[in-house]
Amino acid sequence: MRRLLRARDRMDAASHEEWPVARLASVSGVSEAHFARSFKQAFGLPPHRYLLTRRIERASALLRDTDLAVTDIAFQTGWNSLGTFGRIFRDITGESPSELRSRELRGSHQLEEVPHCFVSAAHRPDLNIAVSEKRRRDAGGIGDGEADEKEVS
Amino acid sequence: MTQGVGVAGIYVHDQDEALDFYVEKLGFQVHTDARNGDYRWLTVQHPDQPSLQLGLFKPQPPTVDEATAQTLNEVVAKGAMPPLILVVDDCRAAYDRFRQRGVEFTQEPIERFGNVDANFRDPSGNGWKMIEARG
Repeated sequence: MRRLLRARDRMDAASHEEWPVARLASVSGVSEAHFARSFKQAFGLPPHRYLLTRRIERASALLRDTDLAVTDIAFQTGWNSLGTFGRIFRDITGESPSELRSRELRGSHQLEEVPHCFVSAAHRPDLNIAVSEKRRRDAGGIGDGEADEKEVS
Repeated sequence: MTQGVGVAGIYVHDQDEALDFYVEKLGFQVHTDARNGDYRWLTVQHPDQPSLQLGLFKPQPPTVDEATAQTLNEVVAKGAMPPLILVVDDCRAAYDRFRQRGVEFTQEPIERFGNVDANFRDPSGNGWKMIEARG
């Protein structure tokens, strides 16, 4: 377990890098199959999806806290194309990078007193389903119904 | 000051290892190390902060049952325990000093919003954020 956390810490420290399971497994010192299975078991989502949440979290923070162009943010957070970044960002957060930025600019915050990493973690998307699944549900308009069911039960 | 928090504890999976980490590597001092059978009440304190003890407790029977102890150890190893913050005068100097002693840093010192911070973990998996005191 501690070794899994070590691999997750490495992803946290460099979420802009590529983290194929082989690389993560070698950080942990276990086999690829074992790593993928036990990571999901321990943290509740597969490693590549965890990496996505960290990238989106970081991109959101950069959109909020800096004046960097969206293109620069996309490349700094590990995407190879602006189009992919924009599409996945919208799939996960429900709004485009520029929409998030203009919304954040309008609101005021009192986050200065909260240490940075905890602010980040609190804004991390809760990606409990695959991005493709989320896309399908949103398109079919059944996302809300599912959420309601969960709250009731 | 006579009122306030006296002891706040964290879970560690091995108290000897934790003692070595907090005392030899981070420079805390032992406040109390008392054993009663298998149970060990172990607290350390920061040399600049004698009013607060940091408890290094092992989840174990009889305080919790064996299955719960196992779960708590895993929760700590997953990094799921609440935030801990260590305030230092000079974050980069502390980073160099601690790293030389073998502290496992998960984030190098970074300056943001006019302040410098770094992250490290203790051997059990408890995550610390180290923040430079604002002048």
